[in-house]
Amino acid sequence: MGLRKFFDNLNKQAQPGGKLHFLSATIEALDTFFYVPNRVTTRGSHIRDAVDLKRVMITVVIALLPPLLFGIWNIGYLHYKYLGLDTNFWKNVWFGLEKFIPLLLVSYIAGGLVEVIFAQLRHEEVNEGYLVTGLLIPMIIPVTTPLWMVGLAAIFATLVGKEVFGGTGYNIFNPALLARAFLFFSYPGHMSGEKVWIADLPDAMSGATPLGQFSQATSLAQIHAIHSHFSVADMFLGTIPGSIGETSTLAILIGALILIYTGVASWKIIVSAFVGGGLMGWLLNILATPTNPYMALPFWEHWLLGGFAFGMVYMVTDPVSSAHTEIGKWIYGFSAGLLAILIRVLNPAYPEGVMLAILLMNMFAPLIDYIVVRYHIKSRTKRALFLKQQNL
Amino acid sequence: MGKLLKLVTEPLNLNNPITVQILGICSALAVTVKMKPAVVMALSVMFVLAFSNAIISLLRNTIPTRIRIIVELVVIATLVIIVDEFLKAYVYDVSKQLSVFVGLIITNCIIMGRLEAFALGNKPIPAFLDGIGNAAGYGIVLIIVSFFRELLGSGTIWDIRVIPQSWYAAGYQNNGLMILPPMALITIGFLIWLQRGIFKSLQGRS
Repeated sequence: MGLRKFFDNLNKQAQPGGKLHFLSATIEALDTFFYVPNRVTTRGSHIRDAVDLKRVMITVVIALLPPLLFGIWNIGYLHYKYLGLDTNFWKNVWFGLEKFIPLLLVSYIAGGLVEVIFAQLRHEEVNEGYLVTGLLIPMIIPVTTPLWMVGLAAIFATLVGKEVFGGTGYNIFNPALLARAFLFFSYPGHMSGEKVWIADLPDAMSGATPLGQFSQATSLAQIHAIHSHFSVADMFLGTIPGSIGETSTLAILIGALILIYTGVASWKIIVSAFVGGGLMGWLLNILATPTNPYMALPFWEHWLLGGFAFGMVYMVTDPVSSAHTEIGKWIYGFSAGLLAILIRVLNPAYPEGVMLAILLMNMFAPLIDYIVVRYHIKSRTKRALFLKQQNL
Repeated sequence: MGKLLKLVTEPLNLNNPITVQILGICSALAVTVKMKPAVVMALSVMFVLAFSNAIISLLRNTIPTRIRIIVELVVIATLVIIVDEFLKAYVYDVSKQLSVFVGLIITNCIIMGRLEAFALGNKPIPAFLDGIGNAAGYGIVLIIVSFFRELLGSGTIWDIRVIPQSWYAAGYQNNGLMILPPMALITIGFLIWLQRGIFKSLQGRS
């Protein structure tokens, strides 16, 4: 119990007037990291739900495990495959871990530090909000991203994405996506192209993602050629180049089931996002011309490509930045999916539209909620007036 | 005398046109990619604002209220054209970089704001000093923002390379977002955050 004694001692110092009072938030955070808080409400009846912030965050982390573990394996698998070396399962995992762990550590340390400093300055407790963001950031970037860029992005995301608005729960935008947007616009050479997706790729080789190749295709023959290279099964299972966590649609679906079963993410948003994306893809299929074969890509393949599945399961459903009203969730998810495919296919400057679509919809979520609530009030007032006239 | 001095010093910080009154943001985003154009812009605005303030103040009792905006615009436009011609004659490359933004000084909210709020009700000398002060407050923000944008976005200060080549060789890269206007807005946001953090009196009185 030496540790407990140590913390008891520290807590005494952290009381108002104590020597270490200025560090009280940090001490509190460390203490509750090791021990369950011993505070209980003393008066009045109160109902407590077992699902608090900590529990929600842990659930999301568990739901992120399937794509995460697959992604780690995939880093090694692709590396050895593209270099033409023979390999086995454990070699793949080991290589993947070697590449992923530094990214994760940098993201957690850089963002966590900002979080602790602000908790200190504001005399608040350090909360668990960064647990998920810090894990998401390395999962949505290419494996070759330099570590200092990851750190910078994590700091930017925590500062501008969260602390500016008042911390966890007050942010308009999804902080992890903000980190990606920051990197995408700051260092475009490291976030897209042919060179970034596979670790230690020789200069002469191209490791372009199927999505990147499809967007470059100029004829149907080329589309078929790419398909012979990356089969639909590959895209579904995820053995294709891409950001670390985004490639395996199967693993993401498992995560989606966990999120939906535990009620952490809204199934309405996920379903409507996929419907919206599919509808847009289908519309483009109809409008496709021989001069733009990319538009003819079957709509359901868009679900498997790029970051669509990952974004629409883990990012757009972020309970803080998404819409909250039930009708609003349908509109919000649907528009995000629709815009993602629209930007992806029709805007040549951005090979992937998921990030921009979600950030845009994050911005509109409060407006959607506002309109939905106003509509409800209006229709119910109308009904009340009608009943009054009927003398009921 | 202290009162006159206050006209110059107050807009530098506690009544800064950009960070406190949130005016003139558009040009602050547009011309702050590099320091040189930012400084030239600040000086141009200072010239235009100080003299238009003084001139309108001289005319304040003769301008019919109904057409005062047009009169103000004529005065501002005249001064802006003088500045534009001057820049073209002496610092042509900077004038090229600033392009339309010199002409757009006419629409700078700070100038209209000071004419309406101050020059129309004060004597020429205070009006002139008020113009100098507000333009200086505007200029300070421009210089701070452009310093960070040029340093982080281009690796230079006043077009002199300050980030050594060895850093680039080691993998450092200029931040592309710094060159884009959104990051200028975020930089100004940081500045406002910092200023309100230090000077508590600026925090909302709600």
